[in-house]
Order: sequence, then structure tokens, then C-alpha cells
Amino acid sequence: MATLRCLRRSALPRLSIFSRGVQTSADTTRLTSGTPEDSSEPFQVTLHEDSFHSYKCDTPSLDVSVTKDSLLDMYRQMQTMRRMEMAADALYKAKLIRGFCHLAIGQEAVSVGIESGITPEDRVITAYRCHPFAVLRGGTIKGVIAELLGRQAGMSHGKGGSMHIFTPSFFGGNGIVGAQVPVGAGIAFAQKYLERKTATFALYGDGASNQGQVFEAFNMAKLWDLPCVFVCENNKYGMGTSAERSSSNTKYFTRGDQIPGIQVNGMDILASHQAVKFAREWVVEGKGPLLLEFVTYRYGGHSMSDPGTTYRTREEIQRMRSTQDPIRGLQRYIEEWGVASEEDLKAIDKQAKQEVDRAVEEAKESPEPEVKDLWTDIYYKGTEPPFMRGREREEIHYY
Amino acid sequence: MTVREALNTAIEEEMLRDESVFVMGEEVARYNGAYKVTKGLLDKFGDKRVVDTPITEMGFAGLAVGAALAGLRPICEFMTFNFAMQAIDQIVNSGGKTYYMSGGNVPCPVVFRGPNGAASGVAAQHSQDYCAWYGSIPGLKVVSPWSAEDCKGLLKAAIRDPNPVVFLENEMLYGVSFPMSQEALSDNFLLPIGKAKVEREGTDVTIVAHSKMVTHSLEAAEALAKEDIKAEVINLRSIRPLDIDTILKSVKKTNRLIIVEGGFPAFGVGSEICAQIVEGEGFDYLDAPVERVTGADVPTPYAANLEALSFPDTPLIVKVAKRALYRTN
Repeated sequence: MATLRCLRRSALPRLSIFSRGVQTSADTTRLTSGTPEDSSEPFQVTLHEDSFHSYKCDTPSLDVSVTKDSLLDMYRQMQTMRRMEMAADALYKAKLIRGFCHLAIGQEAVSVGIESGITPEDRVITAYRCHPFAVLRGGTIKGVIAELLGRQAGMSHGKGGSMHIFTPSFFGGNGIVGAQVPVGAGIAFAQKYLERKTATFALYGDGASNQGQVFEAFNMAKLWDLPCVFVCENNKYGMGTSAERSSSNTKYFTRGDQIPGIQVNGMDILASHQAVKFAREWVVEGKGPLLLEFVTYRYGGHSMSDPGTTYRTREEIQRMRSTQDPIRGLQRYIEEWGVASEEDLKAIDKQAKQEVDRAVEEAKESPEPEVKDLWTDIYYKGTEPPFMRGREREEIHYY
Repeated sequence: MTVREALNTAIEEEMLRDESVFVMGEEVARYNGAYKVTKGLLDKFGDKRVVDTPITEMGFAGLAVGAALAGLRPICEFMTFNFAMQAIDQIVNSGGKTYYMSGGNVPCPVVFRGPNGAASGVAAQHSQDYCAWYGSIPGLKVVSPWSAEDCKGLLKAAIRDPNPVVFLENEMLYGVSFPMSQEALSDNFLLPIGKAKVEREGTDVTIVAHSKMVTHSLEAAEALAKEDIKAEVINLRSIRPLDIDTILKSVKKTNRLIIVEGGFPAFGVGSEICAQIVEGEGFDYLDAPVERVTGADVPTPYAANLEALSFPDTPLIVKVAKRALYRTN
């Protein structure tokens, strides 16, 4: 009987993995110790038992060590990123931003959660929904907004736009769905080649997850034990096609074959943080690559031209926003655990808004790129051809 | 020295010179290269720097781009460029455009190399020239070498170049021997990408060719010389940047232009050179229509007699040269 009980105990959670995804509430983490006076002193909290599911590996510990400072930093960053995306939304609607613009409102616990668990020496690469990463990885809000506006002060000097923004530790901002995944494996290859004890986080969406080259990258990364964390940001829809309509297996964390994976509640910043730390340690220790699936939700449409309501119900969006919002969730922790008061958080909100407003104004003041910059950066400085042709034979730029 | 040895030497010298240079591709290591271009490198440099990949072109081309963005200098071998069509998005969009899109923040020093163009008896899917495809992309440099000296000097230059370079070799030239100058034997021998070479001087007609077609063009020039026609033969060496100045200078002298290539006629290297000459001052110097000698507009057939009709050869170039000179005998 004892054996049977033991079997049942171990079999039950295993079954649940295959019956449903992780829960995605943003406010179910519990305080398990007192909160210290000192804002930099760690204290313990415990995640909801259904925050992670794993494939071929253990789940990260549910006990998370945090500090008051780290919680407030996360809050400030998530709030600032949301404000920035809201500003981009307004600028787009005012027709100041051209072309494509993909916003990450609702998915802040992924970008901020990743940044909270890695170091500046680690590397990140993602697809086109890239604005928060560009800022968190060493860029500026002014630089991102100016890039969206096509101005000189843009992080790519106005030549990349919304989808193509880079920093020394962030490799974009890539526009071809799925192509960034093998490129990310290559960045990890370089880290291993150069014997650096660092990790690359290569992100893609549930939509991109079915691209053949994603599996090609998985295979090589596992074959060569590259320090690469493949991160599927599952926001449930690839453009307007739901995960169920695009993927024969929607448990994205299990799709790496020999690569272990973890499904993470991507709406609770503390679960994100814990999973990222676990994943970083895993790959840096030389255990080979790992898959992380963040279950998250995008509040807006796929891009600015998509109202986001033809393929999902308004009720669904409303339910996610009102009950599982990552910022509201963290706000609740901060207030309930006595980390800061509602007034303190309102002050942070105000600061975030001011910071973004100021960045928008500064970005607007930046001039458009100089005409001569049409011709720069096609080839590395000093290695250009003698000339490049413009639209007709007399429009020639000589270097 | 054979073209194969020249390429092998170039890679070895650059790997000795720079620790960040490595070779990857299908069968490059233990098998010593499908065409033996990487022969012996595994023994000399080990499996960290000579990396056998799975058959997964799009994936490993993307991986090579990523390694280049992160500071390495990958030499990515395609077993043939026909297979690189699986990877062309990574070459063009990830490799060719990141530097511009990042406003000059992220260079991509990668070399994609391998045999290109028609081989012998391998039919349509394995017989295609990609010069025009890659040559149309700003941000890529594209090289199509002919001789052993070309191969050594240009491959070394490609590996040191901070831009993505597509290096298009020819399988049928791998075993061909060429004399090497003393200078070319030096481990610091570089040829400039973007410069053509006048292989034979002449005053009556200009023949521009690249890769294997240089051999046929030089043979044709020799045949024409017997009829007292002095043909100038230009070996393009680079497709992009295209050395139009050297071609124009020659046309000003000969007033007649023939372009010879193994690629399809439509939208090809010959079409581009013709357009650049006639839309500029070259137009005023032409005494005859520009002639293109190209692969036929046909998927390459397998049968020997049909294949022979699909690609330029020496007698065909002679015939067209005479037509350009209004000589019909």
C-alpha cells in the first residue's frame, strides 16, 4: 500500500502536466518570512505550487529570495516599460510612427523578469516585439522612441525602426519570424568558443515556434551543449492564429526533444525571475541548452493595424487585464507585504510617466537623419565600394 | 598550385593568424570536406575550430551569422550553393542587413563559401549560378574567383573583411593547377575585393568573364589571335562591388563588349554590366551591340549532349566575338 501511495503521489503531478498549462495568476505568491527593515536584506516568499511545469528536468524551487529594493525595481521597470509602450501607441495613432509597431503591453513580466535574473555579460536576442529589451539591456527610452519616430537620436539612428534596435548585449530586434533563433544559438556558440561563463536568451513567440529553423537550432544547441536558453514567449496567438490552431503540440516547453524545458507562469514576475535564474545557472554550468515557455498574454493587437478582437473575445482580454495583470499583481505583493505603501507606488507611477513623457519630448526634438546617412553603414566604415548608385545614373554617392 | 590547395592554404593561414576564425559546415572536419577543400584542417586545429554540422543549412547559416555578430569570424561552407537556397534568408536578411539596420552598431564578419554554378552531369537542381542572386543585395560582398592566385588572395581578403562575403567557387576548377607568383605564396598575400584583373590585353574587343568562363574566354582570345583579332580578357574576380571602371576603360579602347557567364541569361551579371555600360558614357564608345554569352534559359539537363548546349564554350565565344566585329567567316 505504501508503494502504491508513493506511486500515486509521484504520478499525479506528472499527469497534471499533460492535462493543462500552468496557472497564470499574477498575485498568488505568499510571504513566508517577515519583511526586514533593511531594504537590501533578502526575505523569502513562496510561489504558487502550479507556477512551473517541467519536462526532463526538475522544476525551479518555489521559494524565492527577494529584497524590498528588488521588488520596487521590478515594479518601476514594468511600469516604465508599459508607459513607454502606451506612449508608442499614442504616437502611432498620431501618425508619427511609420510602418510596423508591435507592443508588449501585458507581457512586461517576461522582459523585466529576464533582465532581473541575468547579468550585463549575458546576451539576449528576440523578434520584432523588442522595445522593452532594448531599454532594459542598456538602451534608453529616448533612443527607442526616437528610433520609432525615425530620428537621428534613435538607437539605430533612424535606420532600423521599431523592429531593429540593438545594444552591445542585445542583438535585436529581428523582423523575420524565427530567424533570430539560430542566430541566438550562434551567439551562444561564440560564448562557448570564447570560454565565457555567460548565457544567451533567444526568444521567439508561439507563432514562430513551428518554423523549421527553430528545431534546427535546438538540435545543434543540444548536440554541442551551447549555453543557450530558448525562450518561447507564448502569448497564445501568433498574429490572429491561436496556439491550438497553429501547433499540434501547444506544450512549447516539451518541443525541444532531448532538451529539457520548463513552463512558467509568465504573468507573475517572481515566477519569471525564479525561472530565469534557474535557466541561466543551468546553461552556464555546462548542462546544455534549456527551453523556457512563458505563458503570457498580449493585451493589444499583434501590431498597430490589428484591433485584436476578431480572433478572441473582448471578455477574454478584459478577464486577463483585470485578473492576471503582472503589474497589478506585483503591486498587491508590495502593498500586502509592507514593502511600500500605495502612495509610494503612485509616486513611482508618476515618475515613470514623467520619465517617458520627457523622453518622448526629447525624441521629438531630434532631427531626422541626415541625407548623407542614406549611404552610411551599408558596408563597414572604410571598406565601402568606391561608390553606390541611387535611383538613377546621376544619383551616385562616392565614398 | 591547384585551386583546391590555394583555398585550403588561405583558410589555414588565416586560422593561424586569427584565433577567432573557424570553419563550419557539412563534412568539413572528419570527412575532410565534400570536395576536400578543408582537408587536414581538423588535424591541425581540432574540433573546436573545424566543426562538422548536421544537414541543416538554414540553421547553421543562422548560427554562423550569430557567431559573427558576437565577435567571431566564421567561414561557413555550403557543400554547394544550391543547398544554400535553404539558407538564403539568413545570408541576405540576417547577414547582409544587420549592420545597416543597427545604424552601424553591429558588424557581421562572416564568409559563406562553397562551389557554385554548373558542375558536370548533375542536372538541374545541382547546376545553378548564384552570382546574380547575391550580387543584387547591398550589404553583401560577392566574389567569384578563377585562378589559384585569385582564390588565395581573395579568400584571405574575404576572411579579414568586416562585412559578410559570399565566396562563390567552382567545382570544376578545384583540381586545376595554376602558376603562383612568389608574392602569392606569401602568407600575407591579399587581393582587393572589388577589383577586376585584365588577364590578357587587346585592342579589338573586350571579353568580360568570371570563374570558369575566364578559361574559355582566354582560349577564345588565343583562337582569335590566330585570325589577327586582339581580344582583351577581363577576369571580374568580384561581382559586388563590380569593377565597372576597368570594364569601361577597356570598352573605350576596344569599342566592343562581350560578357561571358555560366548563369542564366535573364537578370544576370551580363545584363547588369550591359546596363551599366549603355546607360553611362560607355554608350558613346560602342561600335556594336553589347553581346551576352550565357547559360541557356533552361533548367540544366542531365544528358551530355543537351548539357553541352546549355553552357558557353570556347567556340561559341569565338563566334560571338567575330559577330561583334562584323566578321562572319
